[in-house]
Amino acid sequence: MATEEHGAEGGLVFHPMDQFLVKPLFGGHEVAWYTITNVTLWMALAVVCIALLFVMGTRRRALVPSRTQSVAELAYGFIYKMVEDITGKDGLRYFPYIMTLFLFIVFSNFLGLLPLAFTTTSHIAVTAVLAMGVFLTVTILGFVKNGPGFLSLFWVSAAPLPIRPVLAVIELISYFARPVSHSIRLAGNMMAGHAVIKVFAAFAPLVLMSGIGVLVTPLSILAITAMYGLEILVAFIQAYVFTILTCVYLKDALHPHH
Amino acid sequence: MATEATEGAHGAAEATAAVGMPQLDFSTFPNQIFWLVVTLVVIYLILSRVALPRIASVLTDRQGTIANDIAAAEELKLKAQEAEKAYEQALADARAEASRIAAETRAEIGAQLDEAKAKADAEIAARAAESQKRIEEIRAGAADAVAEVARDTASELVALLTPGKGDAQAVSAAVAARLKG
Repeated sequence: MATEEHGAEGGLVFHPMDQFLVKPLFGGHEVAWYTITNVTLWMALAVVCIALLFVMGTRRRALVPSRTQSVAELAYGFIYKMVEDITGKDGLRYFPYIMTLFLFIVFSNFLGLLPLAFTTTSHIAVTAVLAMGVFLTVTILGFVKNGPGFLSLFWVSAAPLPIRPVLAVIELISYFARPVSHSIRLAGNMMAGHAVIKVFAAFAPLVLMSGIGVLVTPLSILAITAMYGLEILVAFIQAYVFTILTCVYLKDALHPHH
Repeated sequence: MATEATEGAHGAAEATAAVGMPQLDFSTFPNQIFWLVVTLVVIYLILSRVALPRIASVLTDRQGTIANDIAAAEELKLKAQEAEKAYEQALADARAEASRIAAETRAEIGAQLDEAKAKADAEIAARAAESQKRIEEIRAGAADAVAEVARDTASELVALLTPGKGDAQAVSAAVAARLKG
């Protein structure tokens, strides 16, 4: 595929998906489960950033906060309010868990926007684990908290009795579709945006090779800029969406009777 | 040249990239999942052990401080209102006192003035009476003197006009009659 495009465009190099390759950091080609790869590096950077913001930034415990502390408090308040509004007071027990998810996703998304970065959240393996974690937690929690009563989530008592079994099937299917949409939404958004930027970037050096580049190069640079702006928006929105859906699922587990 | 070098370096990666999406290269899944779990556990520990309790305590402290400050401000406001009321009261008292003193003073001065006026009037009346008396005396003295001069002048004239025949008694009687009118 890559070589075909290579030949067709005469010198342009199209490798929009190369940025997603998982590579060992210290040589070798084998990627065993323990190998230190670029995944490890960028996840570690996310951890470092979170620690800097939330531990270093708040270490003075100032009554009148510094800028960094303000940002940390703002993020705290943002997620805390979200959990409280959606799941109610009893959902606040799971606040650290949701905060962990949100911070990991938001930092991974934004770190992935740095040039030459590796976006861990663009990988389905990562988002699937996150989504399955949420799905399993919520399902188990639902049965532990409500017993068989959790199944009333699928029995829509607001609907007329004859169509309830049909609705139950639909609800059941949509329930099991949750982790799929939950994970593919995040990975898909991240991957698509980055790949598009990379494609435009491949067109950018055309001015060095042919006359049409005078037109194409400024356009592609403009497109990269615009896409980058959009990606900044998407990076936050996807983290927000993932988190808010987690809260909604958690609410279903805690209060299945609506 | 550079592409050749990277392609050479990628070697094995190229084989997997031929699938199209590195996301679907299942051979890297255990690696990603392992590191993801490690990362999540580390983030969770950092947040739940250090960051979140700290931020929660800071927010609670701030809430407490703000509530205290508001209560203190409320108290001070009440005190200020009380002080203002006391001030208004004092001002009203002072005004009443001042007008009372003014009225008293005015009355006192009026009394003094009346007394002085009465005294002055009495003195003036006494002086006027005295002067009147003296004027009367002077006037009486002047009438006597006129009568005497007239008598003398008449006797002299009579003696000059009719020597030896002047009767002093008759002359003075005539003069007195003439003077009376």
